[in-house]
Amino acid sequence: MQINDWLQFALYLGLLTLITKPMGLYLMQVLDTNGRTWLDPVLKPLERITYKLLGVDPQREQGWKPYTFAMLAFSFVGVVFTYAILRLQHLLPWNPQDLPGLSHHLAFNTAVSFTTNTNWQSYGGEATMSYFSQMVGLTFHNFVSAAVGIGIAAALVRGISRTNFQVRSQSTTSDSKPTNSEVRFTATVGNFWADLVRVTYYLLLPICVVFALFLVSQGMIQNFDPYTKAKTLEGAEQVIAQGPMASQVAIKMLGTNGGGFVNANAAHPFENPTPLSNFIQMLSIFSIGSGLTYYLGRMVKNQAHGWAVWAAMMVLFVGGVLVCAHFEAAGNPVHHQLGIAAADGNMEGKEVRFGVFNSSLFATITTAASCGAVNSMHDSFTPIGGLVPLFMIELGEVVIGGVGAGLYGMLVFVILAVFIAGLMVGRTPEYLGKKIQAKEVKLAMLTLLILTLSILGFTAWACVSEWGVAGLNNSGPHGFSEMLYAYSSATGNNGSAFAGLTANTPWYNTTLGLAMLIGRFLMIVPIMAIAGSLAAKQAVPPSAGTFPVNGATFTLLLIGTVLLIGALNFLPALALGPIVEHFL
Amino acid sequence: MKLILTSLRATLVLATITCGAYPLLITVASQAFFNDQANGSLITDKDGTVRGSALLSQNFTAENYFHPRPSAAGSGHDAASSSGSNLGPTSQKLNDAIKERIGAYRATNGLAADAKVPADAVTASGSGLDPHISVKNAELQAPRVAKARKMSVEKVRALIAANTTKPGFGILGDAGVNVLKLNLALDDVERVFQLVPSK
Repeated sequence: MQINDWLQFALYLGLLTLITKPMGLYLMQVLDTNGRTWLDPVLKPLERITYKLLGVDPQREQGWKPYTFAMLAFSFVGVVFTYAILRLQHLLPWNPQDLPGLSHHLAFNTAVSFTTNTNWQSYGGEATMSYFSQMVGLTFHNFVSAAVGIGIAAALVRGISRTNFQVRSQSTTSDSKPTNSEVRFTATVGNFWADLVRVTYYLLLPICVVFALFLVSQGMIQNFDPYTKAKTLEGAEQVIAQGPMASQVAIKMLGTNGGGFVNANAAHPFENPTPLSNFIQMLSIFSIGSGLTYYLGRMVKNQAHGWAVWAAMMVLFVGGVLVCAHFEAAGNPVHHQLGIAAADGNMEGKEVRFGVFNSSLFATITTAASCGAVNSMHDSFTPIGGLVPLFMIELGEVVIGGVGAGLYGMLVFVILAVFIAGLMVGRTPEYLGKKIQAKEVKLAMLTLLILTLSILGFTAWACVSEWGVAGLNNSGPHGFSEMLYAYSSATGNNGSAFAGLTANTPWYNTTLGLAMLIGRFLMIVPIMAIAGSLAAKQAVPPSAGTFPVNGATFTLLLIGTVLLIGALNFLPALALGPIVEHFL
Repeated sequence: MKLILTSLRATLVLATITCGAYPLLITVASQAFFNDQANGSLITDKDGTVRGSALLSQNFTAENYFHPRPSAAGSGHDAASSSGSNLGPTSQKLNDAIKERIGAYRATNGLAADAKVPADAVTASGSGLDPHISVKNAELQAPRVAKARKMSVEKVRALIAANTTKPGFGILGDAGVNVLKLNLALDDVERVFQLVPSK
């Protein structure tokens, strides 16, 4: 790494640290039904009308089951909504290129992909999607899947922070002062509809308006024109794809969705015109996830705990960036022998304006978070350079992670870390005053086993099937890595790819679609059960045997837990792919 | 069933805001304030013919033009089909392609048979539409272009410098030479030169 690279990295980490607290404080207001923001004068009326149109009462708290059912119903309707748009694309407006409707398996894969915040793309945007499909069918989910994820994280944090018995003053008559105090049992975790609407209106939309306009100022397109026909200087014809790109890209990054408007995603000069647009896009991927750790600390009234979790994430992140950047800068020895200048590093699949370092940094960020946008082609990374993004996904995307998803994923590891610490000292483990018992540990392990089973199971299946091998662009261990990456990305709801894999086939589209559903919903349901279970527990005051969940010891224990489980589960598979390729 | 109905209503209301009002607002504002960028930073002739986009590479093979990076977009520099090669580090296909490109690059630019070649000159970019080449790559092509145009190498070098994008704020990203803009500048110089009678 050159001095310039270190400076950029330091600037990135510094700015991220600076925005974490303000973002966390803003999230406190957004995720409180009665919270106040400076946007209230504009958005409060809109929020009220929305509740009226939906016919819901935002003040009515839900238990974990009603909250989860509402989320599942909303997601189901969302899948059908987008599936219908994609199938009927040729009949819908804003289709200047007369693109046909999608096949049933591609429409299924894409609808599931965007609903689950994965944004895996078996298609190339500019050759497949009409402006209407992009703007309505896909952008809709970029907003709401992000809002749903943040809502689930908030529900889990509420479950942790709320105490079993809440004394609520209740006045019987309006003029008298509170007459009796009622002991109320509150095992509620929030209101799904209020979270959905408030996050979309107060958090995502306002930032996106500013962000999108900034992106256009850098050179991103935003129009409804048909594709432009240009006559090049040498007289050839060049067709230039157009479309309403900026409005979609802003939320694609902020909501850690990652689905590119065009095939090359953020490597495309329209979709990421300058190093500045690249820098701000990278910052936007982590901004909400980072703020959520502050929100956690605030909510549980232990700010040091929020920072301890954040620190664990950052240690893993910095390690990943350094390894990836090192191997990409070192380049490919075989290519050096052929005559490429060794000092240039590995430039296959990378853009000159970003260079090796910004490509490595982006690759690590996009997989640490469950974003999946790419500004360089991971498939062409060096073996170990490409192992880093793959490993980041397989850790469960808990290094900042997807908006919401990163925090609730990390809290599963926190519960396990606390449990392991409890085993070591021989006491019933407790987390912020709540006893962690067999039920919570079982549920936490269930989410991790589901993740592993889906990734390794589907990869194994593809390996021994004709349809699996037929899609490969590379042979040998790299071909195996393409399949492993695909199912890791789908299950982890990331969406990036070793993109040489031809995934637009009935088998791949269907199995990847299933992996995405498993990775999203079979993960969320046990986590919501944990939230409900914790919410119903009475808090006990800390004692001498309580393991503190802040400070360096806890951070190290958390890092160890994440690494141990990630490494143990996936090391054999990684050894067959990138690690053996490194020694070829 | 009530949940499904509520979900349906939520979908319609939120879609109206996030997929209707929001993109419409962005489109109107972009077209008003950043018209050029919002429409693709197109470069147009005096007679109105679009010659390309300042942000996208196009193919150049002639001796008197600077050459862009290899492209895996469609059949090369296809701005409606962006793509990288997605060939892995141990791919024989990639090795063969790089070997061939290195040979061609050395031959075209009159380099020694063992001269090291800039990585960006012989590897496909991520998008297949990378508008830039590295400064080193441009410097190596300069003598060839100068000779084909009967211009001084210094003049060509000055144009390279004028069309180099420096890192943002001095530190963000890498420097790159915009190939299309550079070639347009070369053509412009020649046009001016033809108008002025030579002494």
